[in-house]
Amino acid sequence: MAFPARYVYALTGGLAPLMPSIDTSQLKRRPPSDEKITWQWLPFTNSARKDNLQLYHWVRVVNGVPPTGDYSFAKYNKSVDIVRYTDEEYEKYLTDPTWTKEETDQLFDLCERFDLRFIIIADRFSLSRTVEELKDRYYSVSRAILLARAPSSGDVSGHPLVKEPYNVSQEIDRKRALSMVLSQTKQQERKDAEVLAEAKRITESRMAARGVEESTLHVASNAGPEMAETATNVDGTVSPSSNAQLASVAVAPSSSVMAENASTLASLRMLRVYLRTYALEQMVQAASSTAGLRTIKRVEQILQDLGVNLKPRVPTKAVCAEHLELRKEILTLLNLQKQLQYKEAEGSSFRDGSYTEMPGTPKRSHSHRDQDGTFVPDSMSFGGERAGRRDQKRKGPGRLSEAPSSPAHKRPRKLKASDL
Amino acid sequence: MSKPEDTEKKILNKKLKDVEISIPIVYGNISFWLGKKANEYQSHKWTVYVRGATNEDLGVVIKRAVFQLHSSFNNPTRVVESPPFELSEAGWGEFEIAITLYFHSDVCDKPLNLYHHLKLYPEDESGPMSTKKPVVVESYDEIVFPEPSEGFFARVQSHPAVTLPRLPAGFTLPPPVPVEDASKRKRGDTKDHPLSQWFMNFSEADELLQLAAARQQSW
Repeated sequence: MAFPARYVYALTGGLAPLMPSIDTSQLKRRPPSDEKITWQWLPFTNSARKDNLQLYHWVRVVNGVPPTGDYSFAKYNKSVDIVRYTDEEYEKYLTDPTWTKEETDQLFDLCERFDLRFIIIADRFSLSRTVEELKDRYYSVSRAILLARAPSSGDVSGHPLVKEPYNVSQEIDRKRALSMVLSQTKQQERKDAEVLAEAKRITESRMAARGVEESTLHVASNAGPEMAETATNVDGTVSPSSNAQLASVAVAPSSSVMAENASTLASLRMLRVYLRTYALEQMVQAASSTAGLRTIKRVEQILQDLGVNLKPRVPTKAVCAEHLELRKEILTLLNLQKQLQYKEAEGSSFRDGSYTEMPGTPKRSHSHRDQDGTFVPDSMSFGGERAGRRDQKRKGPGRLSEAPSSPAHKRPRKLKASDL
Repeated sequence: MSKPEDTEKKILNKKLKDVEISIPIVYGNISFWLGKKANEYQSHKWTVYVRGATNEDLGVVIKRAVFQLHSSFNNPTRVVESPPFELSEAGWGEFEIAITLYFHSDVCDKPLNLYHHLKLYPEDESGPMSTKKPVVVESYDEIVFPEPSEGFFARVQSHPAVTLPRLPAGFTLPPPVPVEDASKRKRGDTKDHPLSQWFMNFSEADELLQLAAARQQSW
């Protein structure tokens, strides 16, 4: 047996290898022996060059005959076909109040020289013009010449220059939007992703029922004025403010949540048949649509602490109704808590602005069980038992207008001396 | 020119708003280890099924059930044309089974999908394997028809598999349709099913209590 040796088969368990072994004799492909190969140091020219520069390189010569043909890399010397206008054409079609002929000539020279690499052209252009301006001038001139020279407008209607003319303002906007997206911080990215995921969930549940048109929901980014279109839907309940700044808290079920409920019911009815568990999922989603991801997780944590199944084990109509109500009550509770925190924070900073009254280490803000088993969420202290309690997430005065529940704090941290 | 039968059909096709018909079901699988008889490809025999939650005959509503098995099975698309809607097989692997329920024409023209993950091996791997004690995984759910047609309603209003809500005030029941002589048809209910001793009990009472207690917790 050839390589590998027999003992290797024993190592692999006696089975033949799955891959066919490489036939090693093929690895060293020897050239047919009737050819005589030499390597020679020979001169060559390059058709891509305009001068007659002659350089030397090693050449593989077969049987004393050097290879023929052009330098092998000459074919890569491609350039762009720029349309050049005559002076007459310029006078007739191409004059423009904001461009002189000299400038336009210079532009076209640079375009030809630099193969339409506009960044470089902008750099070399004697007057300071933006890349968009240069592109605009170049493309409108080329377009005008094309149209002027064409025997009929129908001939060139398919040409990309004619079909899709360069649009300066659109380009400026596009680049600005792009740079905004690229310069988004991780924070903003995460927020956007959250909101988009929620929007997707909402539209998907709507689409399932309607099953007709697509609705696209673009949400304004936190950084700036991106295009923000709201979904077109029957109720028009998805408000742009659901681009959830977690600070925008709804206290009681706002009218938008009620309408969400109604529209979910309507879409369920349109399904003609559905599973109770599916219906519950939809209703829960609708009820939580104004809540951020973190709030939803807290609701689920509370449910678990209460010993309630996150998904009911026996989802009858009554059980589902109770489950939904419970979730809504928890949501309302959390919202109220948040509102309370903000109000307390605002109130106290206006009142005294000093931090000397800090209580002991604040406990974690999500609920926990008390010793005697009754369920006491410790952040609920309407009665003012913790008199000087501050919002532990607040950093300092003057920052109250910002959302204290910034995603940077995934879990509420204990107040440190360094915060003051 | 409309015939009396057409008018009757129109009446029967009329949708009843505010009346919801729901069918409580339980679906899942029961699997037995084959013990000595097991081989490499068939270590368990299992049955996947959809049954009425109180073991009533689902054939009153479901026309056929299609179980889509893993592609490694021969003819992985198994159609069951009559109740009880179940499928038995032997194998070694756990996978997701898609169950598509098709309803009678007066019930609904759209099918409904259920998904069940076939479970063969017990959660607690430490215990000895037994050929007598099966692994049972069941899920409770309810099929809801939000706007049933009058004809459907009339046909099923007194059937034990079907749950009708409290009817709205002033609602006049359509005349009940005489039911086929049940003894003539093959039994579709699962009350005396050979596997019925393993069926789980789903009582909403416990869960309602749990939820009510939770809602009353002193916040």
